[in-house]
Amino acid sequence: MNKELLFEVKDLSKSYTADKKALDSVSFTANTGELITIIGSSGAGKSTLLRCINRLIEPSSGSIKFKGKEVTSLNRSELKDYRTNVGMIFQGYNLIYRLSAIENVLHGRLGYKNVIAGALGLYSEEEKQRAFELLDEVGLSEFAYRRADRLSGGQKQRVGIARALNQDPAMMLCDEPIASLDPKSSEAVMKQLREIVDTKGITCIVNLHQVKTAIDFSDKIIGLRHGKKVFEGLPSELTLDTIKFIYEGTKDEATEVSAMEQIGDSHLKAGASND
Amino acid sequence: MTSAAQSVQPKYDNSYLRKKNLTIIAAIAIIVLMGWFASNYSDYDSIYAISSIPFALSWLFTNFMPTADSLQELPEILYQTYSTILAAVASTTLASVLAIVVGVLGSNVVGVSSVVVRMALRVIASVFRNIPIVAWALILLLSFKQGEFTGFLALFLSTFGQLARLFLDTFDEISVGPVEALKTTGASYWHIVFQAAIPLAITQLMSWILYMVETNIRSATLVGMLTGSGIGFIFDLYYKNFRYDTAGLVVLVTIIAVIVIELVSNKVRRSML
Ligand SMILES: Nc1ncnc2c1ncn2[C@@H]1O[C@H](COP(=O)(O)OP(=O)(O)O)[C@@H](O)[C@H]1O
Ligand SMILES: [Mg+2]
Repeated sequence: MNKELLFEVKDLSKSYTADKKALDSVSFTANTGELITIIGSSGAGKSTLLRCINRLIEPSSGSIKFKGKEVTSLNRSELKDYRTNVGMIFQGYNLIYRLSAIENVLHGRLGYKNVIAGALGLYSEEEKQRAFELLDEVGLSEFAYRRADRLSGGQKQRVGIARALNQDPAMMLCDEPIASLDPKSSEAVMKQLREIVDTKGITCIVNLHQVKTAIDFSDKIIGLRHGKKVFEGLPSELTLDTIKFIYEGTKDEATEVSAMEQIGDSHLKAGASND
Repeated sequence: MTSAAQSVQPKYDNSYLRKKNLTIIAAIAIIVLMGWFASNYSDYDSIYAISSIPFALSWLFTNFMPTADSLQELPEILYQTYSTILAAVASTTLASVLAIVVGVLGSNVVGVSSVVVRMALRVIASVFRNIPIVAWALILLLSFKQGEFTGFLALFLSTFGQLARLFLDTFDEISVGPVEALKTTGASYWHIVFQAAIPLAITQLMSWILYMVETNIRSATLVGMLTGSGIGFIFDLYYKNFRYDTAGLVVLVTIIAVIVIELVSNKVRRSML
Protein backbone atom coordinates (compact mmCIF):
# COMPACT_ATOMS: atom_id res chain seq x y z
CA MET A 1 0.00 0.00 0.00
CA ASN A 2 1.20 3.48 -0.87
CA LYS A 3 2.05 5.31 2.32
CA GLU A 4 1.66 9.04 2.43
CA LEU A 5 1.52 11.64 5.17
CA LEU A 6 -1.94 11.75 6.77
CA PHE A 7 -1.49 13.45 10.05
CA GLU A 8 0.96 15.69 11.84
CA VAL A 9 1.22 16.87 15.44
CA LYS A 10 3.61 19.69 16.22
CA ASP A 11 4.69 21.03 19.61
CA LEU A 12 1.39 20.00 21.17
CA SER A 13 1.04 21.02 24.83
CA LYS A 14 -1.80 20.79 27.30
CA SER A 15 -1.98 22.08 30.89
CA TYR A 16 -5.02 21.31 33.02
CA THR A 17 -3.56 23.38 35.82
CA ALA A 18 -1.18 26.32 35.67
CA ASP A 19 1.68 24.57 37.43
CA LYS A 20 1.86 21.32 35.46
CA LYS A 21 1.96 20.25 31.81
CA ALA A 22 0.06 17.03 31.11
CA LEU A 23 1.43 17.18 27.57
CA ASP A 24 4.70 18.96 26.82
CA SER A 25 5.64 19.88 23.23
CA VAL A 26 4.86 16.54 21.63
CA SER A 27 5.47 16.19 17.88
CA PHE A 28 5.06 13.21 15.56
CA THR A 29 3.67 12.26 12.18
CA ALA A 30 1.48 9.43 10.97
CA ASN A 31 1.19 7.95 7.46
CA THR A 32 -1.81 6.27 5.91
CA GLY A 33 -2.12 2.61 6.83
CA GLU A 34 0.13 2.80 9.86
CA LEU A 35 -0.40 1.39 13.34
CA ILE A 36 1.26 3.59 15.91
CA THR A 37 1.24 2.75 19.59
CA ILE A 38 1.81 5.17 22.40
CA ILE A 39 3.26 3.65 25.54
CA GLY A 40 3.91 5.12 28.95
CA SER A 41 2.90 4.63 32.55
CA SER A 42 -0.51 5.74 33.78
CA GLY A 43 -0.54 9.51 34.08
CA ALA A 44 2.08 9.92 31.34
CA GLY A 45 -0.39 11.83 29.17
CA LYS A 46 -1.49 9.16 26.66
CA SER A 47 -5.23 9.86 26.97
CA THR A 48 -4.64 13.59 26.96
CA LEU A 49 -2.72 13.29 23.67
CA LEU A 50 -5.44 11.22 22.01
CA ARG A 51 -8.26 13.44 23.25
CA CYS A 52 -6.48 16.57 22.06
CA ILE A 53 -6.22 15.03 18.60
CA ASN A 54 -10.03 14.93 18.13
CA ARG A 55 -10.51 17.96 20.37
CA LEU A 56 -12.51 16.29 23.12
CA ILE A 57 -9.99 18.38 25.04
CA GLU A 58 -8.79 21.71 23.70
CA PRO A 59 -4.98 21.75 23.47
CA SER A 60 -3.22 24.67 25.16
CA SER A 61 -0.80 25.24 22.30
CA GLY A 62 0.68 23.59 19.25
CA SER A 63 -0.61 22.44 15.91
CA ILE A 64 -2.50 19.41 14.63
CA LYS A 65 -2.75 18.89 10.88
CA PHE A 66 -5.04 16.32 9.29
CA LYS A 67 -4.70 15.91 5.50
CA GLY A 68 -2.83 19.21 5.53
CA LYS A 69 -5.62 21.12 7.25
CA GLU A 70 -5.16 22.73 10.68
CA VAL A 71 -7.48 21.05 13.20
CA THR A 72 -7.11 23.45 16.12
CA SER A 73 -8.82 26.29 14.25
CA LEU A 74 -11.80 24.36 12.84
CA ASN A 75 -15.23 25.85 13.49
CA ARG A 76 -18.12 23.85 14.90
CA SER A 77 -19.38 22.25 11.72
CA GLU A 78 -15.89 21.65 10.32
CA LEU A 79 -15.01 19.95 13.61
CA LYS A 80 -17.99 17.61 13.19
CA ASP A 81 -16.85 16.64 9.70
CA TYR A 82 -13.32 16.09 10.97
CA ARG A 83 -14.56 13.89 13.81
CA THR A 84 -16.59 11.84 11.35
CA ASN A 85 -13.25 11.17 9.63
CA VAL A 86 -11.61 10.08 12.88
CA GLY A 87 -13.12 7.12 14.75
CA MET A 88 -12.46 6.46 18.42
CA ILE A 89 -12.65 3.39 20.63
CA PHE A 90 -12.42 3.39 24.40
CA GLN A 91 -11.21 1.29 27.30
CA GLY A 92 -14.75 1.26 28.72
CA TYR A 93 -16.33 0.57 25.27
CA ASN A 94 -18.83 3.43 25.81
CA LEU A 95 -21.75 1.68 24.16
CA ILE A 96 -25.39 2.46 24.85
CA TYR A 97 -26.17 -0.68 26.78
CA ARG A 98 -29.94 -0.58 26.37
CA LEU A 99 -29.56 -0.78 22.61
CA SER A 100 -28.68 -3.78 20.46
CA ALA A 101 -25.26 -4.32 18.92
CA ILE A 102 -26.47 -3.26 15.47
CA GLU A 103 -28.08 -0.06 16.78
CA ASN A 104 -24.77 0.84 18.41
CA VAL A 105 -22.97 0.22 15.14
CA LEU A 106 -25.49 2.40 13.29
CA HIS A 107 -24.51 5.30 15.56
CA GLY A 108 -21.35 5.46 13.47
CA ARG A 109 -23.46 6.98 10.68
CA LEU A 110 -24.74 9.92 12.74
CA GLY A 111 -22.07 12.26 11.41
CA TYR A 112 -23.54 11.83 7.91
CA LYS A 113 -27.18 12.40 8.86
CA ASN A 114 -29.39 15.46 9.17
CA VAL A 115 -30.82 16.46 12.52
CA ILE A 116 -34.24 14.80 12.19
CA ALA A 117 -33.13 11.49 10.66
CA GLY A 118 -30.25 11.16 13.12
CA ALA A 119 -32.28 12.08 16.19
CA LEU A 120 -35.06 9.65 15.31
CA GLY A 121 -32.59 6.95 14.26
CA LEU A 122 -33.92 6.65 10.71
CA TYR A 123 -31.37 4.74 8.66
CA SER A 124 -31.57 3.60 5.06
CA GLU A 125 -31.82 -0.09 4.19
CA GLU A 126 -28.31 0.19 2.76
CA GLU A 127 -26.93 1.58 6.01
CA LYS A 128 -28.55 -1.22 8.00
CA GLN A 129 -27.09 -3.87 5.73
CA ARG A 130 -23.65 -2.29 5.96
CA ALA A 131 -23.88 -2.21 9.77
CA PHE A 132 -24.68 -5.91 9.71
CA GLU A 133 -21.75 -6.62 7.38
CA LEU A 134 -19.41 -4.74 9.72
CA LEU A 135 -20.63 -6.82 12.65
CA ASP A 136 -19.99 -9.90 10.52
CA GLU A 137 -16.50 -8.60 9.80
CA VAL A 138 -15.68 -8.41 13.51
CA GLY A 139 -17.23 -11.85 14.00
CA LEU A 140 -20.42 -10.80 15.73
CA SER A 141 -23.17 -11.30 13.13
CA GLU A 142 -24.99 -13.80 15.36
CA PHE A 143 -25.16 -11.20 18.14
CA ALA A 144 -26.42 -8.33 15.97
CA TYR A 145 -29.79 -8.08 17.72
CA ARG A 146 -28.55 -8.81 21.22
CA ARG A 147 -28.54 -5.98 23.75
CA ALA A 148 -25.05 -4.60 24.23
CA ASP A 149 -25.09 -5.20 28.00
CA ARG A 150 -25.43 -8.93 27.36
CA LEU A 151 -22.17 -9.18 25.41
CA SER A 152 -18.76 -10.09 26.87
CA GLY A 153 -16.04 -7.46 27.22
CA GLY A 154 -14.25 -8.56 24.07
CA GLN A 155 -17.50 -8.57 22.11
CA LYS A 156 -18.40 -5.10 23.38
CA GLN A 157 -15.05 -3.78 22.21
CA ARG A 158 -15.57 -5.31 18.77
CA VAL A 159 -18.98 -3.59 18.58
CA GLY A 160 -17.09 -0.38 19.42
CA ILE A 161 -14.67 -1.10 16.55
CA ALA A 162 -17.56 -1.76 14.14
CA ARG A 163 -19.19 1.52 15.20
CA ALA A 164 -15.97 3.41 14.48
CA LEU A 165 -15.52 1.61 11.12
CA ASN A 166 -19.06 2.60 10.17
CA GLN A 167 -17.86 6.20 10.11
CA ASP A 168 -15.64 5.30 7.12
CA PRO A 169 -12.76 6.93 8.99
CA ALA A 170 -9.32 7.66 7.64
CA MET A 171 -7.90 7.33 11.13
CA MET A 172 -8.86 5.62 14.40
CA LEU A 173 -7.88 6.63 17.91
CA CYS A 174 -7.87 3.80 20.43
CA ASP A 175 -7.52 4.68 24.11
CA GLU A 176 -6.29 1.56 25.91
CA PRO A 177 -8.69 -0.67 23.98
CA ILE A 178 -7.53 -3.87 25.69
CA ALA A 179 -6.87 -2.68 29.24
CA SER A 180 -10.09 -4.23 30.56
CA LEU A 181 -9.84 -7.47 28.59
CA ASP A 182 -8.44 -10.93 29.29
CA PRO A 183 -5.34 -11.99 27.29
CA LYS A 184 -7.30 -13.96 24.70
CA SER A 185 -9.79 -11.17 23.93
CA SER A 186 -6.91 -8.66 23.96
CA GLU A 187 -5.12 -10.65 21.29
CA ALA A 188 -8.30 -10.85 19.18
CA VAL A 189 -8.91 -7.11 19.40
CA MET A 190 -5.29 -6.24 18.54
CA LYS A 191 -5.36 -8.62 15.57
CA GLN A 192 -8.57 -6.97 14.43
CA LEU A 193 -6.95 -3.54 14.57
CA ARG A 194 -3.87 -4.80 12.71
CA GLU A 195 -6.11 -6.24 9.99
CA ILE A 196 -8.05 -2.97 9.66
CA VAL A 197 -4.81 -1.09 9.16
CA ASP A 198 -3.46 -3.59 6.61
CA THR A 199 -6.60 -4.18 4.54
CA LYS A 200 -8.38 -0.83 4.70
CA GLY A 201 -5.39 1.45 4.97
CA ILE A 202 -6.87 3.16 8.02
CA THR A 203 -4.29 4.69 10.37
CA CYS A 204 -4.62 3.59 14.00
CA ILE A 205 -3.12 5.37 16.97
CA VAL A 206 -3.33 3.07 19.96
CA ASN A 207 -2.59 3.88 23.59
CA LEU A 208 -1.24 0.83 25.32
CA HIS A 209 -0.15 -0.14 28.76
CA GLN A 210 1.74 -3.26 27.77
CA VAL A 211 5.07 -2.87 26.02
CA LYS A 212 4.98 -6.46 24.78
CA THR A 213 1.73 -5.90 22.86
CA ALA A 214 3.09 -2.67 21.39
CA ILE A 215 6.17 -4.48 20.07
CA ASP A 216 4.09 -7.31 18.60
CA PHE A 217 1.59 -5.20 16.70
CA SER A 218 2.90 -1.76 15.82
CA ASP A 219 4.69 -0.15 12.92
CA LYS A 220 5.94 2.64 15.14
CA ILE A 221 6.13 3.16 18.90
CA ILE A 222 6.06 6.46 20.74
CA GLY A 223 7.09 6.57 24.39
CA LEU A 224 5.66 9.22 26.69
CA ARG A 225 7.00 10.15 30.10
CA HIS A 226 5.57 12.98 32.20
CA GLY A 227 3.93 14.42 29.09
CA LYS A 228 7.13 14.47 27.03
CA LYS A 229 7.95 12.28 24.06
CA VAL A 230 11.04 10.31 25.09
CA PHE A 231 11.09 7.71 22.33
CA GLU A 232 9.94 7.36 18.75
CA GLY A 233 10.97 4.49 16.53
CA LEU A 234 10.44 0.99 15.20
CA PRO A 235 9.62 -1.80 17.64
CA SER A 236 13.07 -3.23 16.90
CA GLU A 237 14.68 0.01 18.05
CA LEU A 238 13.12 -0.13 21.49
CA THR A 239 15.78 -1.24 23.92
CA LEU A 240 15.49 -2.44 27.48
CA ASP A 241 17.21 0.75 28.63
CA THR A 242 14.60 2.88 26.90
CA ILE A 243 11.78 0.89 28.47
CA LYS A 244 13.45 1.31 31.84
CA PHE A 245 13.63 5.05 31.27
CA ILE A 246 9.98 5.37 30.13
CA TYR A 247 8.70 3.60 33.23
CA GLU A 248 11.37 4.69 35.73
CA GLY A 249 9.99 5.76 39.07
CA THR A 250 6.36 4.96 38.17
CA LYS A 251 4.14 2.31 39.64
CA ASP A 252 4.20 0.35 36.36
CA GLU A 253 8.00 0.10 36.43
CA ALA A 254 8.29 -3.31 38.07
CA THR A 255 5.75 -5.09 35.82
CA GLU A 256 6.81 -3.66 32.49
CA VAL A 257 10.56 -3.84 32.99
CA SER A 258 10.53 -7.37 34.40
CA ALA A 259 8.21 -8.52 31.60
CA MET A 260 10.67 -7.20 29.02
CA GLU A 261 13.64 -8.63 30.87
CA GLN A 262 12.06 -12.07 30.66
CA ILE A 263 11.50 -11.77 26.94
CA GLY A 264 14.98 -10.40 26.54
CA ASP A 265 16.22 -9.31 23.14
CA SER A 266 14.12 -11.86 21.25
CA HIS A 267 11.64 -9.08 20.49
CA LEU A 268 14.02 -7.76 17.88
CA LYS A 269 13.08 -10.66 15.63
CA ALA A 270 9.34 -10.23 16.28
CA GLY A 271 9.63 -6.57 15.39
CA ALA A 272 11.56 -7.24 12.20
CA SER A 273 9.03 -9.76 10.89
CA ASN A 274 6.33 -7.13 10.92
CA ASP A 275 7.72 -5.20 7.94
CA MET B 1 11.14 4.89 64.68
CA THR B 2 9.01 1.88 65.65
CA SER B 3 7.36 3.61 68.58
CA ALA B 4 6.44 6.58 66.37
CA ALA B 5 4.86 4.22 63.86
CA GLN B 6 2.88 2.50 66.62
CA SER B 7 1.51 5.72 68.03
CA VAL B 8 -0.25 6.59 64.74
CA GLN B 9 -1.89 3.15 64.58
CA PRO B 10 -5.70 3.82 64.56
CA LYS B 11 -7.26 2.65 67.83
CA TYR B 12 -10.80 1.78 68.84
CA ASP B 13 -12.52 4.93 70.07
CA ASN B 14 -15.83 4.51 71.91
CA SER B 15 -16.70 8.21 71.95
CA TYR B 16 -17.83 8.13 68.29
CA LEU B 17 -20.58 5.56 68.79
CA ARG B 18 -21.56 7.00 72.18
CA LYS B 19 -22.03 10.42 70.62
CA LYS B 20 -24.26 8.90 67.96
CA ASN B 21 -26.46 7.19 70.60
CA LEU B 22 -26.79 10.43 72.54
CA THR B 23 -27.95 12.23 69.39
CA ILE B 24 -30.70 9.67 68.84
CA ILE B 25 -31.88 9.89 72.49
CA ALA B 26 -31.91 13.68 72.32
CA ALA B 27 -33.93 13.60 69.09
CA ILE B 28 -36.55 11.31 70.63
CA ALA B 29 -36.79 13.51 73.73
CA ILE B 30 -37.33 16.60 71.59
CA ILE B 31 -40.07 14.95 69.54
CA VAL B 32 -41.95 13.79 72.68
CA LEU B 33 -41.65 17.23 74.22
CA MET B 34 -42.89 18.96 71.09
CA GLY B 35 -45.84 16.59 70.92
CA TRP B 36 -46.71 17.32 74.54
CA PHE B 37 -46.54 21.10 74.01
CA ALA B 38 -48.56 20.94 70.84
CA SER B 39 -51.35 18.87 72.33
CA ASN B 40 -51.57 21.15 75.38
CA TYR B 41 -51.67 24.17 73.14
CA SER B 42 -54.47 22.77 70.97
CA ASP B 43 -56.46 21.14 73.78
CA TYR B 44 -55.86 17.82 72.09
CA ASP B 45 -56.59 14.90 74.39
CA SER B 46 -54.85 11.81 73.11
CA ILE B 47 -56.71 9.42 75.46
CA TYR B 48 -60.05 10.70 74.22
CA ALA B 49 -58.85 10.68 70.58
CA ILE B 50 -57.70 7.07 70.74
CA SER B 51 -60.79 5.87 72.59
CA SER B 52 -63.07 7.42 69.98
CA ILE B 53 -61.44 5.61 67.05
CA PRO B 54 -63.69 2.49 67.25
CA PHE B 55 -66.78 4.67 67.35
CA ALA B 56 -65.62 6.79 64.42
CA LEU B 57 -64.85 3.68 62.38
CA SER B 58 -68.23 2.11 62.97
CA TRP B 59 -69.93 5.41 62.10
CA LEU B 60 -67.95 5.56 58.87
CA PHE B 61 -68.80 2.00 57.92
CA THR B 62 -72.54 2.27 58.56
CA ASN B 63 -72.97 5.64 56.87
CA PHE B 64 -70.55 5.36 53.98
CA MET B 65 -71.50 1.80 53.05
CA PRO B 66 -72.80 1.98 49.44
CA THR B 67 -76.44 1.01 49.15
CA ALA B 68 -78.58 -0.23 46.27
CA ASP B 69 -79.82 3.32 45.93
CA SER B 70 -76.36 4.71 45.37
CA LEU B 71 -75.72 2.20 42.56
CA GLN B 72 -78.06 4.24 40.40
CA GLU B 73 -75.37 6.91 40.35
CA LEU B 74 -72.70 4.44 39.23
CA PRO B 75 -72.67 5.46 35.52
CA GLU B 76 -72.09 9.09 36.47
CA ILE B 77 -69.39 8.09 38.97
CA LEU B 78 -67.64 5.89 36.42
CA TYR B 79 -67.75 8.65 33.84
CA GLN B 80 -66.23 11.15 36.29
CA THR B 81 -63.57 8.61 37.32
CA TYR B 82 -62.71 8.12 33.67
CA SER B 83 -62.39 11.85 33.05
CA THR B 84 -60.27 12.26 36.21
CA ILE B 85 -57.90 9.51 35.10
CA LEU B 86 -57.70 11.11 31.68
CA ALA B 87 -56.89 14.50 33.19
CA ALA B 88 -54.18 12.92 35.37
CA VAL B 89 -52.60 11.00 32.49
CA ALA B 90 -52.79 13.93 30.04
CA SER B 91 -51.35 16.49 32.46
CA THR B 92 -48.56 14.11 33.50
CA THR B 93 -47.66 13.34 29.88
CA LEU B 94 -47.52 16.97 28.87
CA ALA B 95 -45.59 17.93 32.02
CA SER B 96 -43.13 15.05 31.42
CA VAL B 97 -42.28 16.27 27.92
CA LEU B 98 -41.57 19.76 29.18
CA ALA B 99 -39.64 18.41 32.18
CA ILE B 100 -37.47 16.25 29.89
CA VAL B 101 -36.62 19.34 27.83
CA VAL B 102 -35.63 21.23 30.98
CA GLY B 103 -33.75 18.19 32.36
CA VAL B 104 -31.72 17.77 29.17
CA LEU B 105 -30.93 21.43 28.57
CA GLY B 106 -30.03 22.05 32.22
CA SER B 107 -27.95 18.90 32.67
CA ASN B 108 -24.26 19.18 33.44
CA VAL B 109 -23.51 16.26 31.11
CA VAL B 110 -25.62 17.01 28.00
CA GLY B 111 -26.92 20.49 28.80
CA VAL B 112 -26.48 23.70 26.83
CA SER B 113 -22.98 25.11 27.05
CA SER B 114 -24.11 28.37 28.68
CA VAL B 115 -23.78 28.14 32.46
CA VAL B 116 -26.23 31.02 32.90
CA VAL B 117 -29.01 29.21 31.02
CA ARG B 118 -28.35 26.00 32.97
CA MET B 119 -28.54 27.87 36.28
CA ALA B 120 -31.74 29.66 35.20
CA LEU B 121 -33.40 26.32 34.37
CA ARG B 122 -32.40 24.95 37.75
CA VAL B 123 -33.85 27.95 39.54
CA ILE B 124 -37.13 27.70 37.61
CA ALA B 125 -37.40 24.00 38.42
CA SER B 126 -36.76 24.64 42.13
CA VAL B 127 -39.33 27.41 42.33
CA PHE B 128 -41.99 25.31 40.61
CA ARG B 129 -41.26 22.30 42.76
CA ASN B 130 -41.82 24.25 45.94
CA ILE B 131 -45.32 25.42 45.04
CA PRO B 132 -47.78 22.78 46.30
CA ILE B 133 -50.62 21.64 44.05
CA VAL B 134 -53.31 23.12 46.31
CA ALA B 135 -51.63 26.51 46.05
CA TRP B 136 -51.65 26.21 42.26
CA ALA B 137 -55.35 25.33 42.32
CA LEU B 138 -56.19 28.35 44.49
CA ILE B 139 -54.04 30.73 42.44
CA LEU B 140 -55.53 29.50 39.17
CA LEU B 141 -59.07 29.80 40.53
CA LEU B 142 -58.48 33.54 40.77
CA SER B 143 -57.80 33.90 37.06
CA PHE B 144 -59.81 31.02 35.59
CA LYS B 145 -63.31 29.88 36.41
CA GLN B 146 -63.99 26.61 38.17
CA GLY B 147 -63.76 23.78 35.70
CA GLU B 148 -61.82 20.91 34.22
CA PHE B 149 -59.21 23.09 32.55
CA THR B 150 -58.26 24.77 35.84
CA GLY B 151 -57.83 21.37 37.46
CA PHE B 152 -55.77 20.17 34.53
CA LEU B 153 -53.54 23.24 34.68
CA ALA B 154 -52.93 22.87 38.42
CA LEU B 155 -51.94 19.22 37.93
CA PHE B 156 -49.75 20.11 34.97
CA LEU B 157 -47.83 22.88 36.75
CA SER B 158 -47.19 20.97 39.94
CA THR B 159 -46.16 17.81 38.05
CA PHE B 160 -43.84 19.82 35.84
CA GLY B 161 -42.10 21.28 38.89
CA GLN B 162 -41.53 17.94 40.55
CA LEU B 163 -40.42 16.11 37.41
CA ALA B 164 -38.15 18.92 36.16
CA ARG B 165 -36.15 18.76 39.38
CA LEU B 166 -35.95 14.96 39.29
CA PHE B 167 -35.01 14.88 35.60
CA LEU B 168 -32.25 17.44 36.10
CA ASP B 169 -30.71 15.01 38.58
CA THR B 170 -31.31 12.06 36.26
CA PHE B 171 -29.59 13.72 33.30
CA ASP B 172 -26.74 14.86 35.56
CA GLU B 173 -26.05 11.26 36.46
CA ILE B 174 -25.98 9.60 33.05
CA SER B 175 -22.54 8.29 32.16
CA VAL B 176 -20.30 10.62 30.21
CA GLY B 177 -18.61 7.87 28.20
CA PRO B 178 -21.35 6.99 25.69
CA VAL B 179 -22.20 10.68 25.25
CA GLU B 180 -18.55 11.35 24.44
CA ALA B 181 -18.44 8.36 22.11
CA LEU B 182 -21.25 9.77 19.98
CA LYS B 183 -19.54 13.15 19.97
CA THR B 184 -16.49 11.49 18.41
CA THR B 185 -18.61 10.04 15.57
CA GLY B 186 -19.39 13.59 14.47
CA ALA B 187 -22.96 13.43 15.79
CA SER B 188 -24.73 16.76 16.34
CA TYR B 189 -26.19 17.99 19.63
CA TRP B 190 -29.72 16.70 19.02
CA HIS B 191 -28.40 13.36 17.77
CA ILE B 192 -26.61 12.97 21.08
CA VAL B 193 -29.68 13.97 23.10
CA PHE B 194 -31.99 11.51 21.36
CA GLN B 195 -29.59 8.68 20.63
CA ALA B 196 -27.53 8.73 23.85
CA ALA B 197 -28.92 10.85 26.69
CA ILE B 198 -32.54 9.70 26.51
CA PRO B 199 -31.80 5.98 25.98
CA LEU B 200 -29.36 6.16 28.91
CA ALA B 201 -31.99 7.72 31.18
CA ILE B 202 -35.22 6.20 29.86
CA THR B 203 -35.72 3.52 32.53
CA GLN B 204 -35.48 6.08 35.29
CA LEU B 205 -37.58 8.65 33.43
CA MET B 206 -40.38 6.16 32.83
CA SER B 207 -40.28 5.02 36.42
CA TRP B 208 -40.78 8.60 37.66
CA ILE B 209 -43.46 9.35 35.07
CA LEU B 210 -45.49 6.28 36.04
CA TYR B 211 -45.14 7.19 39.70
CA MET B 212 -46.44 10.68 38.92
CA VAL B 213 -49.43 9.26 37.02
CA GLU B 214 -50.32 7.23 40.12
CA THR B 215 -49.98 10.15 42.53
CA ASN B 216 -51.78 12.47 40.14
CA ILE B 217 -54.91 10.34 40.12
CA ARG B 218 -55.05 10.79 43.87
CA SER B 219 -54.16 14.50 43.61
CA ALA B 220 -56.73 15.02 40.85
CA THR B 221 -59.43 13.88 43.26
CA LEU B 222 -58.36 16.45 45.82
CA VAL B 223 -57.86 19.24 43.28
CA GLY B 224 -61.26 18.45 41.76
CA MET B 225 -62.93 19.42 45.03
CA LEU B 226 -61.43 22.89 44.72
CA THR B 227 -61.79 23.41 41.00
CA GLY B 228 -65.17 21.73 40.73
CA SER B 229 -64.22 18.99 38.32
CA GLY B 230 -64.06 15.23 38.09
CA ILE B 231 -64.48 12.72 40.83
CA GLY B 232 -63.49 15.10 43.61
CA PHE B 233 -66.29 17.41 42.62
CA ILE B 234 -69.05 14.78 42.72
CA PHE B 235 -67.72 13.40 46.00
CA ASP B 236 -68.00 16.87 47.44
CA LEU B 237 -71.48 17.24 46.01
CA TYR B 238 -72.86 13.98 47.45
CA TYR B 239 -71.12 14.63 50.74
CA LYS B 240 -72.61 18.07 51.20
CA ASN B 241 -76.06 16.72 50.35
CA PHE B 242 -75.71 14.11 53.13
CA ARG B 243 -75.72 11.28 50.58
CA TYR B 244 -72.94 9.48 52.40
CA ASP B 245 -73.70 6.11 50.83
CA THR B 246 -73.10 7.48 47.34
CA ALA B 247 -70.02 9.38 48.54
CA GLY B 248 -68.83 6.03 49.92
CA LEU B 249 -69.31 4.48 46.49
CA VAL B 250 -67.20 7.25 44.96
CA VAL B 251 -64.42 6.46 47.44
CA LEU B 252 -64.67 2.75 46.64
CA VAL B 253 -64.49 3.34 42.87
CA THR B 254 -61.51 5.69 43.35
CA ILE B 255 -59.64 3.11 45.40
CA ILE B 256 -60.27 0.42 42.79
CA ALA B 257 -59.16 2.77 39.99
CA VAL B 258 -55.94 3.65 41.81
CA ILE B 259 -55.14 -0.02 42.45
CA VAL B 260 -55.79 -0.94 38.81
CA ILE B 261 -53.57 1.90 37.58
CA GLU B 262 -50.85 0.80 39.96
CA LEU B 263 -51.00 -2.79 38.71
CA VAL B 264 -50.83 -1.63 35.11
CA SER B 265 -47.89 0.69 35.73
CA ASN B 266 -46.01 -2.02 37.64
CA LYS B 267 -46.38 -4.22 34.60
CA VAL B 268 -45.14 -1.49 32.29
CA ARG B 269 -42.23 -0.80 34.61
CA ARG B 270 -41.17 -4.44 34.66
CA SER B 271 -41.31 -4.76 30.90
CA MET B 272 -39.11 -1.66 30.56
CA LEU B 273 -36.11 -3.12 32.43
N1 LIG C 1 -9.56 16.43 33.39
C1 LIG C 1 -8.37 16.58 34.01
N2 LIG C 1 -8.17 17.60 34.87
C2 LIG C 1 -6.98 17.75 35.49
N3 LIG C 1 -5.93 16.94 35.32
C3 LIG C 1 -6.06 15.90 34.47
C4 LIG C 1 -7.29 15.66 33.78
N4 LIG C 1 -7.13 14.57 33.00
C5 LIG C 1 -5.86 14.15 33.20
N5 LIG C 1 -5.21 14.94 34.08
C6 LIG C 1 -3.81 14.79 34.50
O1 LIG C 1 -3.00 14.83 33.38
C7 LIG C 1 -1.97 13.86 33.44
C8 LIG C 1 -2.04 12.93 32.26
O2 LIG C 1 -3.21 12.13 32.35
P1 LIG C 1 -3.68 11.13 31.23
O3 LIG C 1 -3.59 11.79 29.92
O4 LIG C 1 -5.01 10.60 31.63
O5 LIG C 1 -2.58 9.99 31.32
P2 LIG C 1 -2.63 8.48 30.81
O6 LIG C 1 -3.75 8.33 29.85
O7 LIG C 1 -1.30 8.26 30.20
O8 LIG C 1 -2.81 7.62 32.00
C9 LIG C 1 -2.13 13.17 34.78
O9 LIG C 1 -1.25 13.76 35.69
C10 LIG C 1 -3.56 13.45 35.16
O10 LIG C 1 -3.69 13.51 36.55
MG1 LIG D 1 -5.45 7.02 30.01
